Amino acid sequence: MGVALTRAAQWTTASSGTGKLEITPVNESLLKEILEFVEQFSSRHPQEAKHVFKEPLQWTTSLEASDFKTEYDISGPTVKSQETDRDGHPMLQLTPPSISVHSFSQLSKIVQLATDKRLKEVRACLEANRDPVAKMLGPSFATVEGEDSSVLRLLEKVKEGDQAKETEIKVKLIILLQQLDTQLLSNSLKQISQEVRLSPAAVKNDVELLKSFCSEGENRVLTSVQYTSDYEFTNGCRTPPWRQVHGEICYLVINPCDTQPLHITCSTAGVFLNGGIRQEGEENAYDRTSDVYKDLVTLLKSKSPHFAENINKQDFAVQEEPPTQKVQHVELVDAEEQGQPQRSYEHQEKNVHEKARQQLVQNKPGGKKKLEPSLKWKNLGLASPYDEADDKKSKKNAVSEKFAETQEKMQKKADFSVSSLPGRQSSNKTKTPGGVGGADDFSESSSESEEDEEQPERRTESNTDLPSEYWQIQKLVKYLKGGNQTATVIALCSMRDFNLAQETCQLAIRDVGGLEVLINLLDTEEIKCKIGSLKILKEISRNSQIRRAIADLGGLQTMVKILDSPDKDLKYLAAETIANVAKFRRARRTVRQHGGIKRLVELLDCVPDSAALTEEQEKDVEVARCGALALWSCSKSTRNKEAIRKAGGIPLLARLLKSPHENMLIPVVGTLQECASERSYRIAIQTEGMIEDLVKNLNCDNHELQMHCASAIFKCAEDKRTRDLVRQCEGLQPLVTLLSQADNKQLLAATTGAIWKCSISMENVAKFQDYKALETLVGLLTDQPEEVLVNVVGALGEGAQKPANRATIRKCGGIQPLVNLLTGTNQALLVNVTKAVGACATELENMTIIDRLDGVRLLWSLLKNPNPDVQASAAWAICPCIENAKDSGEMVRSFVGGLELIVNLLKSTNKEVLASVCAAIAKIAKDEENLAVITDHGVVPMLAKLTNTTDDKLRRHLAEAIARCCMWGSNRVLFGEAGAVAPLVRYLKSKDSSVHQATAQALFQLSKDPNNCITMHDNGVVKLLLGMMGSTDEVLQEAAAGCVANIRRLALANEKARYG
Amino acid sequence: MAEMSAMNRKLIQNLAETLSKQVKHFNKTEAECLIRLFNGLLGDQSDRRVGNGLDRGKFRNILHNTFGMTDDMIMDRVFRAFDKDNDSYVSVKEWIEGLSIFLRGTLDEKIKYCFDVYDLNGDGYISREEMFHMLKNSLIRQPTEEDPDEGIKDLVEITLKKMDHDHDSRLSYADFEKAVRDENLLLEAFGTCLPDAKSILAFEQHAFQDTLER
Repeated sequence: MGVALTRAAQWTTASSGTGKLEITPVNESLLKEILEFVEQFSSRHPQEAKHVFKEPLQWTTSLEASDFKTEYDISGPTVKSQETDRDGHPMLQLTPPSISVHSFSQLSKIVQLATDKRLKEVRACLEANRDPVAKMLGPSFATVEGEDSSVLRLLEKVKEGDQAKETEIKVKLIILLQQLDTQLLSNSLKQISQEVRLSPAAVKNDVELLKSFCSEGENRVLTSVQYTSDYEFTNGCRTPPWRQVHGEICYLVINPCDTQPLHITCSTAGVFLNGGIRQEGEENAYDRTSDVYKDLVTLLKSKSPHFAENINKQDFAVQEEPPTQKVQHVELVDAEEQGQPQRSYEHQEKNVHEKARQQLVQNKPGGKKKLEPSLKWKNLGLASPYDEADDKKSKKNAVSEKFAETQEKMQKKADFSVSSLPGRQSSNKTKTPGGVGGADDFSESSSESEEDEEQPERRTESNTDLPSEYWQIQKLVKYLKGGNQTATVIALCSMRDFNLAQETCQLAIRDVGGLEVLINLLDTEEIKCKIGSLKILKEISRNSQIRRAIADLGGLQTMVKILDSPDKDLKYLAAETIANVAKFRRARRTVRQHGGIKRLVELLDCVPDSAALTEEQEKDVEVARCGALALWSCSKSTRNKEAIRKAGGIPLLARLLKSPHENMLIPVVGTLQECASERSYRIAIQTEGMIEDLVKNLNCDNHELQMHCASAIFKCAEDKRTRDLVRQCEGLQPLVTLLSQADNKQLLAATTGAIWKCSISMENVAKFQDYKALETLVGLLTDQPEEVLVNVVGALGEGAQKPANRATIRKCGGIQPLVNLLTGTNQALLVNVTKAVGACATELENMTIIDRLDGVRLLWSLLKNPNPDVQASAAWAICPCIENAKDSGEMVRSFVGGLELIVNLLKSTNKEVLASVCAAIAKIAKDEENLAVITDHGVVPMLAKLTNTTDDKLRRHLAEAIARCCMWGSNRVLFGEAGAVAPLVRYLKSKDSSVHQATAQALFQLSKDPNNCITMHDNGVVKLLLGMMGSTDEVLQEAAAGCVANIRRLALANEKARYG
Repeated sequence: MAEMSAMNRKLIQNLAETLSKQVKHFNKTEAECLIRLFNGLLGDQSDRRVGNGLDRGKFRNILHNTFGMTDDMIMDRVFRAFDKDNDSYVSVKEWIEGLSIFLRGTLDEKIKYCFDVYDLNGDGYISREEMFHMLKNSLIRQPTEEDPDEGIKDLVEITLKKMDHDHDSRLSYADFEKAVRDENLLLEAFGTCLPDAKSILAFEQHAFQDTLER
């Protein structure tokens, strides 16, 4: 409330003090709001209403004792309320003419009592109490300009804790008052914004106009209009600066014909009469003595009846001059504005002032309209109807089209920056994808959903000025529809002369309904028509939208049927078209569901390898080739792979793999490598002897074929026999040779992939060593795409399993790039990099470099990676690092939070992560200080929790970790208490001997605690350990014997204690 | 009668032997079958004038019934293409020679044959007018159109644009040959004048097997 009162309310004098609230619309609405608030307060918030004000609100009232009724003690002119505060003071006290009130409830009552005088009362109250809030709640809540911290202050009080109840009420009260304040502010803001704000320019204009009325003669309206000051400030004001701050623009003395001279103040808020400013300096002369009018004319009309009478006539005279506004003006006067003649004037006058602004406003849409018909639409003929006239004139040729395109681009930019009308933009949007123009211009149009949306709209659009091809194609389609075989063939042949690789033509065929006709032709008996149609479909189906349209029209079903035709031309054309259409999943499924896979596989059946082919055989080969192409497309769906296999495709593909023709081999190997993702194919490729052919084709000079071969080997070489076969077929050397094709990234990715997978066999690693593959691979560690890097690093990781290679990698400078890759984000890459770094770290010299490059820290931070594969791989890599780094204990401690991080990984659910982390913990625990730290982090119960596992790998590393962790404090006892001993005993029954060794060591450590010995003994450990003692593994022997000895010793001590 | 038929047989065999040497695509047996078929077709002819052979009506019947041709004008032109000596009868020699191309012709032979069929006035060129004449029934006429021939005219222009390589507004043999080699579908550009694969199969089966069995 305070802010609203100081800011929004209009006080008579700007200076603070006892001012008066002016009677303005703003103030009136403010008062009404406050009144309403007060009136309803006691009923809405009864508790808060009873709150006693810090200081009473006092003002001079017009109420008299007689106005008060019950609940009041009336003694003469004074009135006291029956309601009192805690000290017995009355809440209301009236000693005319002054009244003091202590609570909202009393205020509400006064308002109710005052009836028609209530507005006056509120006003008087507010005038007397400029900051009522301060009075109500205390001076600390006075409204301060700027920040409002009253609530904070209150909160502080709440903290102080005393008088909780009262403070709570206070809080509520202040919140309510603040709500009122905001409400008041926003309301007055609304009003203010509705008001006409005068500007110096507007006033000046008015004055000029009025001056023109001061002519001599009978129809003059005013005698004189004068400014009090001739000096005009640069801002257009003529008032002294200290008055300008109040928004006053100028002072006028106007002599109307019929009244006294009027002393007028023009301010931004409006026009009013003042105390009669003749010169500066008479302070009180500035005060307002009349209502505020919105402009001079309104004021004059109310003050001078003569002016009001004559201004209308004057209007006409004046209005003759600007003819543009005449019509509008006359109309207003004549028609509805008779009752308020001044309005007409206003209107005209406003027009004068706002001309500039209006022009601006009009310019906006006008200017945009000019931009709207983008020339591109014109050329495409897709412009909206009102552009047609223009469009027809625009004769297009290659040059102008080019020009238009650049223009269009520029305009589009300008357009978007200016346009703000939503309708305009959306119309633009809907048209953009509709273009049948160059594909590059409308890359967004290839998104199918959008395209589908557009289709109906585009068909209905007026077809002016489409590219000439569009019309010719439409005509040809007409002949296709309405012609006999001869005409159809001519039309088909003619259609093929268009550039069918161009999207304009492709979409034109579709848009004029050509696809339906072409597909219908496939259902006829006319072979020539079918061939002609397929030849076109084959070309245009390279477009993804056309593919979908063909599938939608049921073209695939028909083409699958054609595969049965005896005519070979038809067969291969149909197969080739299917190959193009089946580039998306739904189409591939359709082919399968209509028996297409089986038929396509049948096409593969030809004799490809005879040197001299007859014409017919050549056609057979072509049919087989197109069949393979179609299968290649189809094989991207898993179920199709299965279908191809079931249809007997594998032996046929194997036979075609012996073809000498590259164009046959590419689809065949393409299909094979696609299908090699399936295990059944990998086995078949291995058993049907296809590896040999794949290796043979690695040596060809077609990169695409080489890529597919390498890729097939990449996928198949997961299997050991395949890896051996590749080696036996001497496929490793060509792979290494292919590494030199570093520019072809796809080929490089496939080749490195094949090398990686082949390197899983150590024999192959030895071969690669001979071919110096690692040296080349290290060179590929930088500036390669990730799919290459993953494979290169994978290959290095496998290669580094051999000590000699680890040295090679170091000598070639491979360690640094490897460590650098640890900072990457590709998870497949990270798994391989960590593995490679880990393998390298087993060599002391390598470890020195890794340490220097801070590689261990990088590995460690990868434990935070969300991917469990990366976590595990990093943990495995950390093991050799700890083992080989100098001062590894110190190093590990230097990783802030590192030990906690790795211990927490024991909560993982991934077995590999658990095993790797256990292994790492076993290494970490070798350092006593670190063991102390991880014990603090709760490693013992976590390890104990894992002991029930049946996974041998985890068992082994877990047992190792437990053995190591026993070395600190009371950990042995803790393991026993956590129930880790009994499960460990069962590990001895495992078939994995490496588990035995680790377990025996763990048991040996645990057996140093007598309770554990008892548990072990109870679980039958002795018999198992006795067996182990006979092992050839000395470590196992020793640990088992040690454990048994401890148990025995305990038993002896026990006996001794018992029998003395 | 038996003596006569025996003599006939002898004659036929000799004729077949000679013809099979002159014609590329038939062996002696096949030629013999075709002669028998020819004779069979002749047999019904009432006023039998030896050596004249099949007249136009008979021949058109065969084209229509056996090879499914419908266009009168084209059938007429096919008859003329068979009737090399222009005597209005297809002799047994012309029959065998004609069928050789008709049924088993190479692309070259067929190009020559089709060109002959389409060159209506035999001046060595297929003119605009000839094309129009041959294509005039190839489109469904729409009564709503102002000029019902417009489509045909346009079709002729399309064809010329596609095939008239020397731009003299008519097709020479060279034009035609080149166009067909580029696009085999254009072989029968102005109307079907060759049997389709199915009727060939049916005819050969009928001629070579059924005749032998008799």
